[in-house]
Amino acid sequence: MSATAVSTVEIGAPTGFGRLRSWWDDVWALTRRSLIHVRRDPMQLADVTIQPVLFTLLFVYVFGAAMVLPGGGAYKQFVLAGLLVMNLTTAGMGTAVGLSTDLSTGVINRLRTLPMSQTAILVGGSLSNLLSAAVCSTIVAVTGLAIGWRPETALPSVLAGFGIALLFSYALTWLAADIALGVSSPESAQGIAFIIMFPLAFVSNAFAPTQGMPAWLATVANWNPVSAVAAACRVLFGNPNPSAAVDAWPMQHPVEASLLWSLVILVACVPLAARLYRRRTRN
Amino acid sequence: MNDRMMIEAAALSKRYGETQALDEVGLEVATGSIVGMLGPNGAGKTTALRILTTLSTPDRGQAWVAGHDVVTDAAAVRRQIGVTGQEATLDEVLTGRQNLVMVGELSRLRRAEARRRAKELLELFELTDAADRIVKGYSGGMRRRLDLAASLMMRPAVLFLDEPTTGLDPTSRQRMWGVIRGLVADGVTVLLTTQYLDEADALADSIVVLDHGRVVARGTPRELKAATGSQLLEVTLSAPHEGAATALAAFSVASVKTSDDGLRLWTPARNEPGLVVDALRTLDQAGVPVEDITVHRPSLDDVFAALTGGGAPKTEDAGVAA
Repeated sequence: MSATAVSTVEIGAPTGFGRLRSWWDDVWALTRRSLIHVRRDPMQLADVTIQPVLFTLLFVYVFGAAMVLPGGGAYKQFVLAGLLVMNLTTAGMGTAVGLSTDLSTGVINRLRTLPMSQTAILVGGSLSNLLSAAVCSTIVAVTGLAIGWRPETALPSVLAGFGIALLFSYALTWLAADIALGVSSPESAQGIAFIIMFPLAFVSNAFAPTQGMPAWLATVANWNPVSAVAAACRVLFGNPNPSAAVDAWPMQHPVEASLLWSLVILVACVPLAARLYRRRTRN
Repeated sequence: MNDRMMIEAAALSKRYGETQALDEVGLEVATGSIVGMLGPNGAGKTTALRILTTLSTPDRGQAWVAGHDVVTDAAAVRRQIGVTGQEATLDEVLTGRQNLVMVGELSRLRRAEARRRAKELLELFELTDAADRIVKGYSGGMRRRLDLAASLMMRPAVLFLDEPTTGLDPTSRQRMWGVIRGLVADGVTVLLTTQYLDEADALADSIVVLDHGRVVARGTPRELKAATGSQLLEVTLSAPHEGAATALAAFSVASVKTSDDGLRLWTPARNEPGLVVDALRTLDQAGVPVEDITVHRPSLDDVFAALTGGGAPKTEDAGVAA
């Protein structure tokens, strides 16, 4: 047993830069843990790998055939940005379920007794979700390119479009975290997340221009953050964007609106997640 | 705060709805000692441990671990403690080694140091062969050992063990006891909870008995046993005899109990030399047909039953035959 001899040296609390450094080490250790999970069970990524392919084919070939866009343009050029945002939004459900499952195991109790940064648990989770969102975006883009979608702008503009979509997805991760922390079981997290994410994704301009909707619904859709992000992507990809004709501020300034929406969601959801986490693990 | 005390708690109270989980609980654990917290399910053991390990906060009262307040200086406490809970706190999907390295890194060890320490502990706990398999396939005993290994990654000064052997087979249990004794020999301070009296008896320097959130007794195992009436005198007759109880009463410090068939009598007896010989002589003079006579040191089961009002002492436990 001599191998476990107790050292009497007290490990001091890091300060200043060292503190940031060790915070990042914690975040990275926990992000790696999530990545190991994905490697062991790749099917848990089905919602960001297989689902995007299925939805792309479904919307382009099943619904797209009957779609005529106001202002012209091919449906598959229009719908790709919508598919991108929709897939990233519904992936938020997986995030909520994943975190909720994690919280229900004893692992969290172990982490809470370690001299680590307690926010690292949430941040580490959000970063691994960002990585899977990047995978999702890539798959949507590749599937799109395979069936004839083409961005009409220069590469930096196209990348900016994906960047805006990923930022929005990252913000939604924190909304999903709030849901996971606020409910008691993975099943309720799934239910609540579905109720929020599904209308968010579909009551929007992602798959159909809002011009055809009843007036009240069109107003909701035009102010839906998902519509702003989809419109911003269309602008930045140089794809058909019928929303440009809609007289609502977010549709006239989709890039600004997308950034603002993401910021607002982050400012509201990150502190709430930290508070819910403390409350959740207090008793 | 006393320097010699690694764990100190004063008047800890905690309520969950209608249940008073902890009621003014005080506790002292000297540096380098091992204290057992004993009590039935729901006695408040786990609640006390959760507060001391910063997982929960008390409604009232204060506690210090390694000199740090568990509420206001939780981060400092976490740098000194290892915790092994009742439920496994391992990541099922990671391998044993990955679990240890992750805990090590999150405990501020450098990656190389974490790997070295993990290897060392895997060897110590005889988990080297299973080190690179995922934890989902581990047996209960292996999980407990890995969980304990995780608690030791950063060489804690204080170790909290919540029912460390519950659900383990006898061999694994003995092995776990050996590991815990070894840690204490190396200077680690241990607070463990248990429902098993023999475990507290075998491991602990002193014992705190909890019931319904209150401390109902504390002391060394020997003191606790002595407190409930020295020894237990038990007589078996070859035939019932009405004078037996009266004859035995002379040696009793409480009342003499008789079994339904009248063949077995037992009583807590005064602690004096020659008890058996004197009792046998007295019974013989009264014409009582004695078949067997024994003196038990009360087991902790007896003590516990007496303290928590759990009924008559059980005498079938192996005692010290006179």
